[in-house]
Amino acid sequence: MAKTPKRDQLLSIDYNPPKTGWMDTPVDFKPGTWCYPGKAESLEIIDFPNPRKWSPEDEDWKLPENWKQIIFDGLRERLERFRSLKLFMDICVRCGACADKCHFFIGSGDPKNMPVLRAELLRSVYRKEYTTAGKIMGKMVGARDLTEDVIKEWFYYFFQCTECRRCSVYCPYGIDTAEITMIGRELLNLIGCNTDWVITPVANCYMKGNHLGIQPHGLVDSMDFLVENIEDLTEIKIDPSWNRKGAEILYVPPSGDLFADPGTFGIMGQLMVMHEIGLDYTLSTYASEGGNFGSFASMEMAKRLNAKIYAEAKRLGVKWILGGECGHMWRVVHQYMDTMNGPADFLEVPVSPITGTKFENTKSTKLVHITEFTSDLLYHNKLKLDPSRNDELKVTYHDSCNPSRAMGLLEEPRYILKHVCNNFYEMPDDTIREHTFCCGGGAGLGSDENMEMRMRGGFPRANAVNYVHEKHGVNMLSCVCAIDRATLPPLMRYWNPQVDVCSVHELVGNALVMEGEKKRTENLRFEPLGTEEDDDE
Amino acid sequence: MPKQEIRNKRHEARMHLSILPPARILKGGESPMIQIPESLKTLLLDKKSIIITKWFNYLCHEYPDKTVELLKSDKSQFANPVGSNMHDGLQGIFEELLQDMGFEKMHIYLDKIIRIKAVQDFSPSKAIAFIFILKRVIREELHSQLGEEVMYKELAVIEKRIDDIALVAFEVYSKCRETIYQIRIDEVKKRCDISERINTLNQ
Repeated sequence: MAKTPKRDQLLSIDYNPPKTGWMDTPVDFKPGTWCYPGKAESLEIIDFPNPRKWSPEDEDWKLPENWKQIIFDGLRERLERFRSLKLFMDICVRCGACADKCHFFIGSGDPKNMPVLRAELLRSVYRKEYTTAGKIMGKMVGARDLTEDVIKEWFYYFFQCTECRRCSVYCPYGIDTAEITMIGRELLNLIGCNTDWVITPVANCYMKGNHLGIQPHGLVDSMDFLVENIEDLTEIKIDPSWNRKGAEILYVPPSGDLFADPGTFGIMGQLMVMHEIGLDYTLSTYASEGGNFGSFASMEMAKRLNAKIYAEAKRLGVKWILGGECGHMWRVVHQYMDTMNGPADFLEVPVSPITGTKFENTKSTKLVHITEFTSDLLYHNKLKLDPSRNDELKVTYHDSCNPSRAMGLLEEPRYILKHVCNNFYEMPDDTIREHTFCCGGGAGLGSDENMEMRMRGGFPRANAVNYVHEKHGVNMLSCVCAIDRATLPPLMRYWNPQVDVCSVHELVGNALVMEGEKKRTENLRFEPLGTEEDDDE
Repeated sequence: MPKQEIRNKRHEARMHLSILPPARILKGGESPMIQIPESLKTLLLDKKSIIITKWFNYLCHEYPDKTVELLKSDKSQFANPVGSNMHDGLQGIFEELLQDMGFEKMHIYLDKIIRIKAVQDFSPSKAIAFIFILKRVIREELHSQLGEEVMYKELAVIEKRIDDIALVAFEVYSKCRETIYQIRIDEVKKRCDISERINTLNQ
């Protein structure tokens, strides 16, 4: 007689995922987890190989026939050129210190987002191709063949790394997984596997000087709109100049701040400060982009796009360059610009014309961060402030990955915030400064089609914000990165809807008491100052 | 478009949080809430720690092995936010289950867990399946204490409540997914607004 199953066996659902090794766990391109591929027209503009229409959901990615050879040649060339890559391929001892430090691993629970495993995606192929042990013993020593599935895996995971370098802080050898990701993306570029959110801004920047592809009159008109806003708020007319030869300083903000809220309010604050101190600066419609999406594509592209900043500084005959609240711009400036586009021997070591401070740390690149400049002004009491105008705001500060880890800019924004608002609260120590958690949308991942992925990656940061929101009533998250200002608002909407996002200089603009201004009744967002009207409850 | 209209549009876009109305929360009192027998309540409270631990273990094992190590670790709530939030959520749900089934609080505790799962690699059913696991855990823990017949009668009360929690979980999950879609729509609208503004300024 047949055995009747017991009650508990009848509805047995296995809640455990299949236990397969990482090499045998295939990638599933679910909607919300990947970015749209680069458009063929954009690839053609910048002369990148294999422009075509394709989708990661397709079985056939239409790779060139000799794609394997292209990858191996590309990898060999980079191993020879970059000693760092060679070291990172050989030196990992699998100590695991990095394993639980990546925000994407923490938020997704996917082990291939552990930095050690992300590097293994490339290292395993390197081992099979270039090491004797790998060639002979294969999988036993973590080596594997390069197949189309491996390419798909690279695409999936190298576009889940925001190159934030949090992992490198904990690695005892200083392995920089961001550089491995950069190399991975360069290799994928060689066979035409890239994302549109990186490639089209690169093409725009190449043709028109900024990621949005705005032509000179568009930039000027947008700035005029912001200037009119400032005039309506303060009755002070600011007149920023464009392409003015002989100005002392070239000011280069990220182009997104000219158009996208809340960055626009930050630019307004910066213009107000520069006007108040009578700074002799000019903007440029040619070097209209501080950011550099080229650095998310390849080093060569980063160099091409970045060249315009020094070229324009030379053409206009300025003394030094002031950079805006941009994130990855400062990684490029601090770590690559000298070698890529320098030496800037036609520029002078930056000296503040207002305070006389010599910015020694910028001796080589001749670029000063706007928060370095403003904090120096505050230190020397050159600005009159009324921080009570920001009293409705309980502010915390998000250390953007690139200014903090790649540049070491930790104290200057905080110094400013403590002077311009009365209610400033730090997030927990292991989530700020060099330990800061990424927004989850950097390095070209800030698109809308991978929103689920961004929410996963941004969760550790959102969790820390939630902590200070619950503990101190924090309702404003400030930052110094334009990508953060684009990616943190949706992140907050999902995880902490009561918390808004701003740039540091928006709060400066709010608090700044300008000579001859009318009594301020509204903040830079045209919201009434000091009333309960903006309470969303 | 006049300048003030542009400002108004931008202001509206910022103020419109597009948070959907809160899920229709089943309030205690809408249908009569059967009380849990005191003896069972005491028993479950005594076993609270073991039940939560077992329940949490089930949840953790829905992830790959390497991830389980992190989730179960005693790292801080900032180094292990998924594990901490899940644990806090489970604790809160269990406490409310045994008390008055305060559904507003239940909503908050469910949200702690489901909001994470809604953006991870879980299908909708797998995202809220953990609610039903509690039934299994409680049965396993009480099996040795109570006879078969007694257990069935008393547990029916608890399991009815767990079913109600599952209904609320479904609403929480839907709300999270709808928020994602609304965020995506608003991102695209924002890009259109920027293009429109550039065109307006160029006129």
